[in-house]
Amino acid sequence: MTATTTSVVFPLARLQPNRGAAVLLPGEIQVAVFRTHDDQVFALSNIDPFARAAVMSRGIVGDRGGVPVAVSPMHKNAFDLRTGVCVDDPDVSLEVYPVRVDAGMVMVGAP
Amino acid sequence: MTRTLVVVGYGMVGHRLAQAMRDRDVNGAWRIEVLAEEPRPAYDRVALSSYVDTWNADDLTLPDIDGVHVRLGETALEIDREKREIITSRGERVHYDALVLATGSTPFVPPVPGRDLPGCFVYRTIEDLDAIRAAVEKADRPGRRAGMVLGGGLLGLEAANALRGMGLSPHVVELAPRLMPIQVDEGGAGLLKNLVQKLDLTVHTGTSAEVIERDGGRMIVKLTSGVELDVDVVVFSAGIRPRDDLARRMGLATGARGGVVVDEGCRTDDENIYAIGECACIDGMVYGLVAPGYAMAEVVADRLLGGTATFPGADTSTKLKLLGVDVASFGDAHGATEGALEVVFNDAVAGTYAKVVVSDDAKTLLGGILVGDASAYTMLRPMVGRAISGDPAALIAPAGTDVAMGSLPDDAQVCSCNAVTKATIKGAIAGGCADVPGLKSCTKAGTTCGSCVPMLKQLLAEAGVEQSKALCEHFEYSRAELFEIIRGTGIRTFSELIAKHGKGLGCDLCKPAVASILASLGNGHVLDGEQASLQDTNDHFLANLQRNGTYSVVPRIPGGEITPDKLMVIAEVARDFGLYTKITGGQRIDLFGATVDQLPHIWRRLVDAGMESGHAYGKALRTVKSCVGTTWCRYGVQDSVAMAIQLELRYRGLRSPHKLKSAVSGCARECAEARGKDFGVIATEHGWNLYVGGNGGFKPRHADLLVSDVDSETLVRLIDRFLMFYIRTADRLQRTAAWIEAMEGGLDHLREVIVDDSLGICAELEAAMERHVGTYADEWRGVLEDPEKLARFTSFVNAPGTPDPTITFREERGQRVPVQLGIPEVLSR
Ligand code: SRM
Ligand SMILES: Cc1cc2nc3c(=O)[nH]c(=O)nc-3n(C[C@H](O)[C@H](O)[C@H](O)COP(=O)(O)OP(=O)(O)OC[C@H]3O[C@@H](n4cnc5c(N)ncnc54)[C@H](O)[C@@H]3O)c2cc1C
Ligand code: SF4
Ligand code: FES
Repeated sequence: MTATTTSVVFPLARLQPNRGAAVLLPGEIQVAVFRTHDDQVFALSNIDPFARAAVMSRGIVGDRGGVPVAVSPMHKNAFDLRTGVCVDDPDVSLEVYPVRVDAGMVMVGAP
Repeated sequence: MTRTLVVVGYGMVGHRLAQAMRDRDVNGAWRIEVLAEEPRPAYDRVALSSYVDTWNADDLTLPDIDGVHVRLGETALEIDREKREIITSRGERVHYDALVLATGSTPFVPPVPGRDLPGCFVYRTIEDLDAIRAAVEKADRPGRRAGMVLGGGLLGLEAANALRGMGLSPHVVELAPRLMPIQVDEGGAGLLKNLVQKLDLTVHTGTSAEVIERDGGRMIVKLTSGVELDVDVVVFSAGIRPRDDLARRMGLATGARGGVVVDEGCRTDDENIYAIGECACIDGMVYGLVAPGYAMAEVVADRLLGGTATFPGADTSTKLKLLGVDVASFGDAHGATEGALEVVFNDAVAGTYAKVVVSDDAKTLLGGILVGDASAYTMLRPMVGRAISGDPAALIAPAGTDVAMGSLPDDAQVCSCNAVTKATIKGAIAGGCADVPGLKSCTKAGTTCGSCVPMLKQLLAEAGVEQSKALCEHFEYSRAELFEIIRGTGIRTFSELIAKHGKGLGCDLCKPAVASILASLGNGHVLDGEQASLQDTNDHFLANLQRNGTYSVVPRIPGGEITPDKLMVIAEVARDFGLYTKITGGQRIDLFGATVDQLPHIWRRLVDAGMESGHAYGKALRTVKSCVGTTWCRYGVQDSVAMAIQLELRYRGLRSPHKLKSAVSGCARECAEARGKDFGVIATEHGWNLYVGGNGGFKPRHADLLVSDVDSETLVRLIDRFLMFYIRTADRLQRTAAWIEAMEGGLDHLREVIVDDSLGICAELEAAMERHVGTYADEWRGVLEDPEKLARFTSFVNAPGTPDPTITFREERGQRVPVQLGIPEVLSR
C-alpha cells in the first residue's frame, strides 16, 4: 500500500486489542478495522453480507481452528481477518482493505 | 445345588466380582454373600478426591447389585478352612463353598514419632476424608491454615490438592529427590514441581518427617532437613500395604513384599480360596491400581463358572487427576527395556515436558512421560507395544500429536481400567450408543479413572456422533468446570485463563461465557480492561442490537412499578431521540432505534432521573414481574409488589449462564405468571411458595414447587442459594429448567442441596450472593463516569459525529421504524 491511497488515519490507541472499530472512507464506504492480541491490524468491509447491517466492527475477534476471525454480532458468522472469506460459508466474503500501522497511527486505504 | 460364594471386602474389586458373577451366572449356580468392613456400600475409591467437591458420598457410590447379600460394617475376623466357615465381627459363622479375598490394602504410616497424635490422618476412605474435614473445621486460627502431606507420589499430590480444596495451604514432603518418583523422571518432575507450586502447594523433596508434636491446637512437624512446619493436619500418603493378615493367619502363602500369593487363575494354595485386587500377589507383583484388580475379578468370575481364564497382565499407566496439572506416565516410562531410546521435548517456556521411549530400532512405542500437557496420553497409551509409522518425535512434537483414532487397530485397548477395546466401543456405537454416558453403561469403558473419556468422545465423533461438553474448540471444559477453575485458581483475566487452561485465541462462544463467569464472581465493571473485548455486542454497548444495527434501551422498572415522573422522563427521552416505544412483556418499556453514539446521551438523561440499566441485553436477571397484591387487589394475601421489588433490586446485575426471570403473585390466582419463570413466588396465607425451573419461550414449562409457606427471609435465602448454585454449575446458555432436568436426581437433588444443605455449600453460596449484592453498581452510571469507556460509543473513530449512513427510518402508526436494509447480499441460510 502506498501513502497516496491512504484515506483515513487515526491513533492505534483508539483500537482495543481483540476488538474492532468502524471508520468511514470517502464515498460512504464503511470499513471495520480490527486489532488482534499481537497488535496486527486488519481491515474488512463493515457490512455483514448476511444481514446487510453495518455491524462487523462490533464483533468478537478470535480464532476458528487457528484462523484469525472477526465474528458478526448479528448472526455469528465468522470471517477470516486476512482474506475476508466467511469461515462458515466460503462462497461469501467481505472486501479486504489495505491497512498498516506507522508510528502509532493506523492508516486505512481505499481498495 | 446352589453353592455359596463369600467375598471378603466390598471395595471396587469386590464389587466388580459380585457384578460380574451376577451378569454371567445366568443359571443362578452361586449365591453371593459379601462381608464389608466399611459402613457403606462399595464406592469409587479412584474418585475419592472428588468427594471434597460436594461432600456427598452418594456421588461416589457404585451401583447396587440385585441379589447380592451385602453385610455392611461386618468384618471377617477368622477363617476356618476345615469347616469352610468365616467368623465375623458380629460373631456369626458364614459358610462358603468358594471364598474370595478382596481386602485391598491399608495405607502405610512410617514410624515417625507422633504419628498417632490427633490431627494425623491417612487418605483411603470416605471416613478418612470426613475426619480430615472435621479437624480442619475445628482448627480455627488466624491466618491461612496449612496441612502437610507425607508422600509426594500420585496419591500424595491428590491428597494435597484435596487439602487445598478444603482451604488449606498444603505442604508436600517427599523422601525421594523428586515428586512422583515412580512414574516421572527427573526432567518431568522438575516441571511438575513448578506446576504444582503454582497451585499453592509447597514442595519439600529429599527430606522426611523426623518428629510430629502437638502445640495447642496445632501440629509442629520437624523435617530431617531442619525445616519446621506449623500445620493443622498431617496426612500420611507414603504408600500402601496389602491387607493379607487374614490369609497369613490361615497359613496361606504371602509374597516377599506382602500380598496373598495366587496363581494365574487368582487361586491361592487353598483350592477354594481366591484373592483379587490390591491384596493379591500375582506373578510376584502387587498392583496398586484398579484395572488389574478388575481383570482379576473377571478371571475369578470365569473360573467359578467353570472357565479357564488367566490373568492377562496389567498396564500400570497413570494420569494425575489434579485439575489443571497434567501428568501422565505410561508403559516403560523410565526406558528400562534393553536398548530403549528416548526422545524428549522439554519446553520450559510453554511449561511442557514430553518423552517417548521407543525400541532400539525406533519402530515400537514402549512408553512415555508427559507433564504440563498430557493431551497426547489418550492416544499414545493404547499404542504401547505397537509399531509406529515415521519419526517417533512426531508423536510428541508440539502441536504435532496427530495420531488419529482411525490409525489405532481395532484390538487396541481404549479403556485399560476395564479392558475395553476399540472394536467393542465401535460395536456399541454401531448398536446405538450415542453419547459417553451410553458407552459407559454398555461397555463400562470410562467408568473408572475416566482418562479414556476423551477417546470415547473421539470415537463417537469419528462415527459421526458429536458429543462434547467442551465449551468450544478453545476450552475442553464445560462452563461449570471453567467456573470452578476460575474460582479455584483466582485467575481473573481471559488471557491468563486461555494460556493456562485452553488453547488458541478464543472465540464468540468462550469469550462471552468467560466474561459472564468473571462478572458472576464480581470482577468489577463488565467493560473494565480486557473484559470489554470479551463481551458480545449487547454487553459491549450495554444495549440490545437490532436488525438494522441500532440498539434498544430498557431502563429497569423494578416489579413493574413506576412513578408518573419517571414515566415522563422516559417519554421525553423517547420523543427527543425519536425512539420507537413499546411496553414489553416484562412489565417495562423498551426504546428502540438508538445509534451507538446516541446511547450515552440517552442514558445520561435516564441516570440523572434516577433510573438504571435493566440488563435487557445481558445473560442476567431480567425482570421480576408482579401483580398488584394486597395493596389493591381484593384477593391478595401478601404484598407481591414489595416482594417483587425487593427481589429485583437484590438480584439486579447478576450475570448468569442464561437470562433469569422471576415474578411474584399475590395469591393463587397467579396474575403475575410466576410459574412461567426461572424462579417464581406465589403468596399463601402463611407466607410464600417458591417455584423453580419455569420458562416461556421455545419450550414452555411450568416451574415446580420447591418449598411452601416459607417466610420472607427464608424465601430470599433459598433464592440466593438457588441462583448461585445455578450460576456455578449450569452449562452455557442452559436455562434453569434444562439445568434441573439434566441434574442427576433432578428437583429432589436440588432440594437436598439448597434446602437441606446436603453438600454443605449453602453458607458459601449465600456469602457469594451477599458479595454480589454488596458490590452491585449500575453499569450505565459506570460508563458515564469513565471517559475511556465513553469513548467507545462512537459511530466512526475517524468521524465521531457522523451517523451511520445505512440507518434510515420510515414511519409506521405514528412512530419511527427501521427501513429494511434491502435484499441481503446473501440470502439468510
Ligand atoms: C422486548 C421483549 C418483547 C416485548 O416487546 O414484549 C422481548 C424481546 C426479545 N426477546 Fe424475549 N422479549 C420480551 C419478553 C419475553 C418473554 C415474556 C416475559 O419475560 O415475561 C418471554 C417468555 C418468557 C421466558 O423467557 O421464559 C421471552 C422469551 C424469549 C426467548 C426464549 C427463551 C427460552 O428460554 O426459550 C428469547 C431467546 C433467547 O433468549 O435465547 C428471547 C429473546 C429476545 C430478544 C433478546 C431477541 C434478540 O436477541 O434480539 C429480543 C430483544 C429485545 C430488545 O432488543 O430489547 N425472548 N421474551 C420482551 C422484553 C421483556 C423485558 O422487559 O425485558
Ligand atoms: C485417593 C485415591 C486415588 C486413587 N486413584 C487411582 C487411580 O487414579 N487409578 C487407579 O487405578 N487406582 C487408583 N487408586 C487405587 C484404587 O482405588 C485401588 O486400586 C482399588 O480401590 C483397589 O480395590 P480393592 O477392592 O482391591 O481394594 P479396596 O478398594 O481397598 O477395598 C477393600 C475393601 O475391603 C474391606 N476389608 C478389608 N479387610 C476386610 C475384612 N477382613 N472383612 C471385611 N472387609 C474387609 C476394606 O474395608 C475395603 O472396603 C486410588 C486410591 C486412592 C485412595
Ligand atoms: S394474583 Fe391474586 S392478588 Fe395478584 S392480582 Fe391476581 S388475583 Fe390479585
Ligand atoms: S482407562 Fe480408566 S476408565 Fe477407561
